[in-house]
Amino acid sequence: MKALVSVKRVVDYNVRIQVKPDGSGVVTDGVKFSMNPFDEIAMEEAVRLKEKGKITEIIAVTIGGAKCEETLRTALAFGADRAVHVKEEGDIQPLTAAKALAAVFKKEGANLFLLGKQAIDDDANQTGQMVAALLDLPQATFASKVELEAAKVTVTREVDAGLETLELDLPAIVTTDLRLNEPRYLKLPDIMKAKKKPLEAISFESLGVTAAAGLKTAKVSAPPKRSKGVMVKTVDELVSALKAKGLV
Amino acid sequence: MTVERDVMEYDVLVVGAGPAGLAAACRLKQKASEAGKEISVCVVEKGSEIGAHILSGAVFEPRALNELFPNWKELGAPLNTPVTRDDVYLFRSETAATKLPNAFVPKTMHNEGNYIISLGNLCRWLGQQAEGLGVEIYPGFAAQEILIDEHNVVRGVQIGDMGVGHDGKPKEGFYTPGIELRAKYTLFAEGCRGHLGKRLLARYNLAKDADPQHYAIGLKEIWDIDPAKHQPGLVVHGAGWPLDDANPGGSFLYHAENNQVFVGLIVDLSYTNPYLSPFDEFQRFKTHSICKQYLEGGKRVSYGARAICKGGYNSLPKMVFPGGALIGCDLGTMNFSKIKGNHTAMKSGMLAAEAAAEALFNGSEGGDELNAYVETFKASWLYDELYRSRNFGPAIHKYGTFFGGAFNYLDQNWFGGKIPLTLHDRIPDHTTLKLAADAKKIEYPKADSKFSFDKLSSVFISSTNHEEDQPVHLKLTDPSIPIAKNLPMYSEPAQRYCPAGVYEVIGDAEKKFQINAQNCVHCKTCDIKDPAQNITWIAPEGSGGPNYSNM
Repeated sequence: MKALVSVKRVVDYNVRIQVKPDGSGVVTDGVKFSMNPFDEIAMEEAVRLKEKGKITEIIAVTIGGAKCEETLRTALAFGADRAVHVKEEGDIQPLTAAKALAAVFKKEGANLFLLGKQAIDDDANQTGQMVAALLDLPQATFASKVELEAAKVTVTREVDAGLETLELDLPAIVTTDLRLNEPRYLKLPDIMKAKKKPLEAISFESLGVTAAAGLKTAKVSAPPKRSKGVMVKTVDELVSALKAKGLV
Repeated sequence: MTVERDVMEYDVLVVGAGPAGLAAACRLKQKASEAGKEISVCVVEKGSEIGAHILSGAVFEPRALNELFPNWKELGAPLNTPVTRDDVYLFRSETAATKLPNAFVPKTMHNEGNYIISLGNLCRWLGQQAEGLGVEIYPGFAAQEILIDEHNVVRGVQIGDMGVGHDGKPKEGFYTPGIELRAKYTLFAEGCRGHLGKRLLARYNLAKDADPQHYAIGLKEIWDIDPAKHQPGLVVHGAGWPLDDANPGGSFLYHAENNQVFVGLIVDLSYTNPYLSPFDEFQRFKTHSICKQYLEGGKRVSYGARAICKGGYNSLPKMVFPGGALIGCDLGTMNFSKIKGNHTAMKSGMLAAEAAAEALFNGSEGGDELNAYVETFKASWLYDELYRSRNFGPAIHKYGTFFGGAFNYLDQNWFGGKIPLTLHDRIPDHTTLKLAADAKKIEYPKADSKFSFDKLSSVFISSTNHEEDQPVHLKLTDPSIPIAKNLPMYSEPAQRYCPAGVYEVIGDAEKKFQINAQNCVHCKTCDIKDPAQNITWIAPEGSGGPNYSNM
């Protein structure tokens, strides 16, 4: 049983995002990057399934420039057996990413595709769903529990009304939500070993994928500044202040 | 509880991926490749990535880098803004300032041939060079203990445990014991007041023949400014307001690349008024018209703070001990007369690396003292430079900004730093505070949120983060001192000298000392300035702390 896990390199969640003065995007120079936290959860889940003996091989995949190799090394330190780097510079849009990941999934003949429900940089929440559509395979999104049996995977999802449990035939696509697990601390010896694990670099061309620019970023702007609060002394003052603003 | 720990062995281990540590690592590999031999080198760094905990002005003198990588330009080192002009001001009040004529500026304050850089980015670049040379670098792992064997020899360090709860107990499913990194030689490059360096100084009594180390706290912000006001390469230094002779320091404002300005204030930790708040002095400083002319219409994008070792020559401790050496600001190599420590830190690392490489080539099994490092250090330009500037700091402390400055002008410009006397400053910084009863309270102006800001919004843009559920990494030797002694005597100065709001005295009737450890930006000021020397800074869980970008 082979699992493919895709991991994206994003601006670290601790970094306070700064919008470029010209509104063309956010500042990424000199900024810390790390693995998308939702993908970390997918990675952790794959490793746990392997530790339980449900999976025999974990392949990590990413798309992006040379620096993304760091993210793959992190995945290898988590416990991926090998890594595939679709090495392409520049912005990659969700549909292009989905086409490339679908091609890798097919090429590797994997049974389960685990990935984060969304990446914290563009919050697109599309890639997993589009991979499922492109491959015409079953999908379960926002997984909070994953159980793997011989030919099927049972996924619990947190929905508004409670919990929904889906049973999917393999091969299948599962996107992971925040409460699925809490990723482990990476161990220094594992990081050392990860440097020696196999990492293969391929291109869109070798996958038969052409990068499409279906979306154009019109403008990126910072959220409006919160205006200063006003201290009120009495309840009456509060009520009249709210009334003045037409809120009560 | 005994814990099984993995062990990794190297020829040389470097603690800290700053300019000293990375220069040492690169030099070791260069020496090995020149000799056609193997030296295994490991660097551990507590920051989440290289550069995450690096903060410096910085006007960079490329002398050491020229020696380490003569082709640094082709290799793409991020030195992009040559200094074009030096302005030095004596700030007289919140409105007045006098520009010093160029002829009266001490020579060491001239910056022709230097560059305005982000030291964090230079370290990121040095890290890439080091990895390219085969150095193993592990950010996110904090050296927590020194491994010392039964013969009193340093054998390496132990990495801090991860996954330990607030109560000090291992967290189920997360506890990850830190491994032991052992090496023939261990170079400590933690920067100013490194927590292991401090222990080494005490254990091997390394500072017994030196003057006490002197410190300052440097606060820095990065601003995006109006391109019309931006003059890349302009360096502005200042002395005087908002500080004074009893509470000395200096300011800087550098026009870097990308329409950014680096603005900062350095406050000597020998300050005497317990009511002084370095953070608020810095915020106030930015409202001076000299700063406003550039910052007006701009936006603050980052904030940080770090302590600086400024004792220089007179405070240099013994540099070596069995099994290792101190380099960079763990040793105290900053040249205060130039307000620069990056080139000297790199040079000290390179000299230690060369000594270690030679010893290994001669078949050493390590564990001895690297005396060759001490000798080459004394014969180097680094030593000469520190010797010539030995009086700079003490002169200002003894005679004040004006007369001390005049002395420094004479010493540096007429005697080349070789005036035949040595001034000493033997009063440790933690003993200089006046009692609160004898000091004047300082009322700081409220933050205007345009030029000046409050502490919490500042810490927010330092991108500081610590795992919440972990033991407090700021240890009080005697927990009763803050309220029982420091509060009545000094109005507990920790509330004010901490630039990140870590320390608070709360409660009305019953006072309580609260430590908000998750705010800590790892500047080490508390470890230095606490009048009772009651606070010990230790490394929190690896990768905790600030995440500085372009600092």
